[in-house]
Amino acid sequence: MKKSFIFFASVLFFALSANAQLSGLVNKSQVHGSFEADLMYYQPDEAMGITDSLINGRNFAFNGFARITYSLGNFSAGLRYEAYLPPIAGFDPRMEGNGFPYLWASYATEKFSFTVGSFYEQFGNGLTLRSYEEWTLGYDNAINGVKVQYEPVRGFILKGVYGVQRFFWMKYANNNRGIVKGADMELNLNDLFVSMSNSKVRLTLGGSAVSKYQIDNNPVYKLPRNVGNVAGRFNLGIGKFNFTSEYAYKINDPSAINNYIYKPGESFLFTASYSRRGLGVFAMFKRTDNFSFKSDRSEKENALDINFLPPIIEPHTYMLASMYPYATQPNGEIGFQLQVDYKIPKKTKLGGRYGWDIHINYSQINDIAREQLNDSTPLNQRGTLGYTSQFLKFGDQIFNRDLTIEVDKKFTKKFKGYFKYIYQEYDIATLQGHPGEPEIKAHIGIVDMTYKFTSKKALRWEAQGLFTKEDNGSWAAALLEYTISPHWFFTLSDQWNYGNEETADRLHYYTGAFGYTHKTTRLSLSYGRQREGVVCVGGVCRQVPASSGFYMTITSNF
Amino acid sequence: MKKNALLFFALFIALFAMAQEKPNNQKLPSVNIKTLDGETFNTRNISNDGKPILLSFWALWCKPCKKELDNYNDLYEEWQDETGVKIYAVSIDDARSTAKVMPFVNGKDWEMEILLDPNGDFKRALNVNMIPHTFLIDGNGKVVYQHTSYYEGLEYEIYELVKKIAAGEDISGH
Repeated sequence: MKKSFIFFASVLFFALSANAQLSGLVNKSQVHGSFEADLMYYQPDEAMGITDSLINGRNFAFNGFARITYSLGNFSAGLRYEAYLPPIAGFDPRMEGNGFPYLWASYATEKFSFTVGSFYEQFGNGLTLRSYEEWTLGYDNAINGVKVQYEPVRGFILKGVYGVQRFFWMKYANNNRGIVKGADMELNLNDLFVSMSNSKVRLTLGGSAVSKYQIDNNPVYKLPRNVGNVAGRFNLGIGKFNFTSEYAYKINDPSAINNYIYKPGESFLFTASYSRRGLGVFAMFKRTDNFSFKSDRSEKENALDINFLPPIIEPHTYMLASMYPYATQPNGEIGFQLQVDYKIPKKTKLGGRYGWDIHINYSQINDIAREQLNDSTPLNQRGTLGYTSQFLKFGDQIFNRDLTIEVDKKFTKKFKGYFKYIYQEYDIATLQGHPGEPEIKAHIGIVDMTYKFTSKKALRWEAQGLFTKEDNGSWAAALLEYTISPHWFFTLSDQWNYGNEETADRLHYYTGAFGYTHKTTRLSLSYGRQREGVVCVGGVCRQVPASSGFYMTITSNF
Repeated sequence: MKKNALLFFALFIALFAMAQEKPNNQKLPSVNIKTLDGETFNTRNISNDGKPILLSFWALWCKPCKKELDNYNDLYEEWQDETGVKIYAVSIDDARSTAKVMPFVNGKDWEMEILLDPNGDFKRALNVNMIPHTFLIDGNGKVVYQHTSYYEGLEYEIYELVKKIAAGEDISGH
């Protein structure tokens, strides 16, 4: 305590004397920050099955954070405070608590940077390493340790990381989780060679290697204490064409996710695109085989991921379109995606005065094809090599298919609309862990119209329908939103499960909300029912239970 | 750990108090992000020869962001002729969709400068909590206005401020 007092006093003294003596320097220093507070009040709702005893006196839930960053020239430092008292329903209960999970200091020049404390980093597409945070998911796998980045010549970047990952509020000690170390190299040939600087061909090459160390205290199996994951990648642009690819290989890594099999893992991504004014075409192929990579092999939930497996999906945001969102399957998936964006030019016969925007997506993700190792070993038998799989063969099981056609049309200066048709197939048994449930086939239609009364006042309405025989049957939804720029919004919405087989479950999920924004401060308050569902960002998902009550959120920065 | 946190906090409060003595003159932080071609781009190179800059964070999954940028794009030519403003649209799409940004942007025929911040480094450095989040930067490279969220018609409000910045007026009261 005495020690910390002395330290505190010296810091204060330094700060004050710096203020007095080096006011020129201090004037260059900057302090910025931001915060958000999300507050929920739950109330019982008998029709939804939410009773007093289920709430059990925990009517309030609170998620909040505050972040402060200080910088002076090449030096910067910061911290983040978080509180989950208790976490809002649907967030991992292990988040309950409060404190400073994120502290860092860094020194950066144009060629060199050095960071100690917590940091986020990504190598390539993230197949070997990606630490990030996503507030809406309650996800944070920040690495606490040391990060170095060095660019000896322009176009050649080296990175190194060493540390342990954040695991809710648990401090690292006594090998209670693994240690992560990694290195990445990137060569941009157009920056590196003067002769290529104006070339139509643009080429970037990269490679990374990441290793985790975790002790082996398994009584049955001998497990690898060091698991290596290596990857190579490129990004090639030729005129209007662009190609990217990455391949990653991981040695055997038996874990709770893959049922402790000893098969090495691999992951492959390839994208191709062509674009010119008014037209964009995108194609992607991806295969993942046994590629979960966590710094604790016993962790089964959304935590301690070292890498990231980008999903092949069309991210849907409309109420009913996001009913069945895709979650990446780290044990194996193979799929492709095709997208076209086309603008019918304005002031043409077909395009009319304002033109049309057309967006089409088709994506399909299957399970990988697996074959038994031999006749006597069942598939994915614990303690074996698990299975064999041919690289380009699609498995029979379809996890997800999505056809989306969207048309955006401005009719007049005041009136515009978005029209969307979606066909989805969704393997709810695998993706949401509801074994035995049949695959969902759903047709979704959405109309979203905006009318501007004045340059500041606008009314937007949505009408949506989701038609399916499976799961809870069909839904209809409507939304009305009135906005007064730049400050106010008011919305009313309802989702109605009119097609539910159980008459008593044909519920209305109504919500009313309003909000006020001033510059970067935003306050919103809503009241209503939240249907049970899944919230996903980047293929990482969390289940949200049904709830009813008030929800308030406030966010700001300075 | 707790003690360290307290010390850090004390340090920041002290520094924060000092920072309060001077007017807000935030300059853009220096962070390495990417261009659409996959080349490294340092954010200190965001510039416009002393004319105003509009910097907006967006993502493919953010409908209001795309509406906002669509509306800026419709007016961009007119705005450039009148004020010389330059628009940077920074996509925070993560690894799953960075390769989709270029075909999308070209398909939309957006004219502004597009940058990629796939791991949110620039977003965090500017303390952006949610998107859309728009910054206005004056001719000296200082952030003079910020706004989060988008409602239909915000573009006119923003443009009034852009005109003032272009004319050298102080808009700190807004």
